[in-house]
Amino acid sequence: MMLIPCPHCGPRAHAEFTFDRPVEAITRPDETPDALVRNLFSRDNPRGPSRELWRHTYGCRSWITLTRDTATHAITDVRPVGADA
Amino acid sequence: MKYSALSLLRAGLGGHKDWPRAWRDPDPKPHYDVIIIGGGGHGLTTAFYLAAVHGVRKVAVLERSWIGGGNTGRNTTIVRSNYRLPQLHALMELSLKRWEGMSDEINYNVMFSQRGALFLGHSDSDMLQLAQKGDAMRADGIDADLMTRDQVARLIPLLDVSSTARYPVQGGLIQRRGGTARHDAVAWGYARAADRLGVDIIQNCEVTGMDITGGRITGVQTSRGAIGADRVGIAVAGNSGRVAALADLRLPIESHLLQAFVSEPVKPMIDTVIMTQSLHCYISQSDKGEIVLGGDPDAYPTYSQRGAPHIIEKAAAEALALVPALSRLRMLRSWAGTTDMSFDGSPFIDATPVEGLYFNGGWCYGGFKATPGSGWLFAHLLARGESHPVAAPFRLDRFETGHTMDEPGVGPMPQNR
Ligand SMILES: Cc1cc2nc3c(=O)[nH]c(=O)nc-3n(C[C@H](O)[C@H](O)[C@H](O)COP(=O)(O)OP(=O)(O)OC[C@H]3O[C@@H](n4cnc5c(N)ncnc54)[C@H](O)[C@@H]3O)c2cc1C
Ligand SMILES: [Zn+2]
Repeated sequence: MMLIPCPHCGPRAHAEFTFDRPVEAITRPDETPDALVRNLFSRDNPRGPSRELWRHTYGCRSWITLTRDTATHAITDVRPVGADA
Repeated sequence: MKYSALSLLRAGLGGHKDWPRAWRDPDPKPHYDVIIIGGGGHGLTTAFYLAAVHGVRKVAVLERSWIGGGNTGRNTTIVRSNYRLPQLHALMELSLKRWEGMSDEINYNVMFSQRGALFLGHSDSDMLQLAQKGDAMRADGIDADLMTRDQVARLIPLLDVSSTARYPVQGGLIQRRGGTARHDAVAWGYARAADRLGVDIIQNCEVTGMDITGGRITGVQTSRGAIGADRVGIAVAGNSGRVAALADLRLPIESHLLQAFVSEPVKPMIDTVIMTQSLHCYISQSDKGEIVLGGDPDAYPTYSQRGAPHIIEKAAAEALALVPALSRLRMLRSWAGTTDMSFDGSPFIDATPVEGLYFNGGWCYGGFKATPGSGWLFAHLLARGESHPVAAPFRLDRFETGHTMDEPGVGPMPQNR
């Protein structure tokens, strides 16, 4: 079980959250079809740190981004969506 | 040594002390015709069929730890071909037919038990979907029988089919040829059978790099040195992305996690595989007597092989509601495997953009049933350089060309299936 520090609610149980996609798979309306296909339908799928889009679905319902290690589940750098540098 | 009732008797008289080892433990040779990366069921069956069917004998299976230690040895062993889409019918039925002859084919008892695979329906819409699936199966020549609630109650007396049940049972769809098998035996049996045909099974040998010159693969780097090969096949399940990255490839796969858990062993109480159309819980009883339970995937990318307890809790709650007698059992252990989740739930058996490098993966949480079929088709591809007609739809580029095979029709995100 992961403890995810929601930027709005503080540390909450992982069961309250849903994973959406790696940030690399977020698509923008102005992308070329090739970039769109690449981003939607292929992945780096790393074993290690991954920047991801999650949602605090059963809490404040906000979208958030975070860096999560896919081997250790260590979570760092949680931000409200849109606040990425 | 051929295994038989006589060999068992003879060894028994000697106190079972003189069994010869089941397969050799060779050092890697400098060069092979074909290298298979990954000693799970899919890699081992591929090697066996390369040697047995296509006469390709200079084959090595490279396994980074021990064979069958991946998802092959972690799965809940449900074997069935009750799918909806024709491409998956062809694939899974080819595989199921191979299961039916497997123990004889490899002279190894894989304890394949066709005890029936039943999907329960809990509502009108469940029953409609089950009827549609049954029709689709029968149209493709696969056995399927719709059952009424009373028939289901007779088949599984411990199931709560009362009108006050938490999950009322309206009926079900059974594939009687479905069932379970002994997962380790599948790995060991194919390893032994392939070894007898000259295949080198090399354990503790992790592939750490690929040698590619001019767009063509010439061999692999491993923890036991460089090994040359004319052709290389990847069959590493949850590690597909990491191994493909060694050749600079990105795949339509995310690695997720699926858990399972078992109870203490008890006398026979459930002799069918129980699944459901609406819930995400499946129940069977192993030959040792343990109740084997599984549920939802954890639904986020991970290589940890360590799941969250709320997933198990949900599966256990559903199982208890379906079969209340399970509440008296103590759970023995739980575990997880890293699953290679594709974006439409269907697998890949295809060439890659690197010449001589082939890929088999994306089996999600349902590839045990496909083990012999997958090996059969992958061996065909590796031996001939072209896809078997049954494997032809399972291409790596099907998302960009729009030829996805989305069995449940839930869209492209791996965590939704
Ligand atoms: C909990 C759980 C329950 C499941 N239940 C079912 C079920 O009931 N029915 C069903 O049909 N399917 C089920 N599945 C899915 C099924 O287990 C898999 O799809 C199938 O076993 C995959 O077989 P495989 O040979 O491809 O992979 P694996 O058995 O995982 O083999 C891959 C091997 O590759 C090795 N490897 C990885 N990287 C390297 C490297 N770099 N170099 C060398 N070797 C490497 C690994 O060590 C591993 O042994 C379940 C899965 C899980 C996790
Ligand atoms: Zn929140």
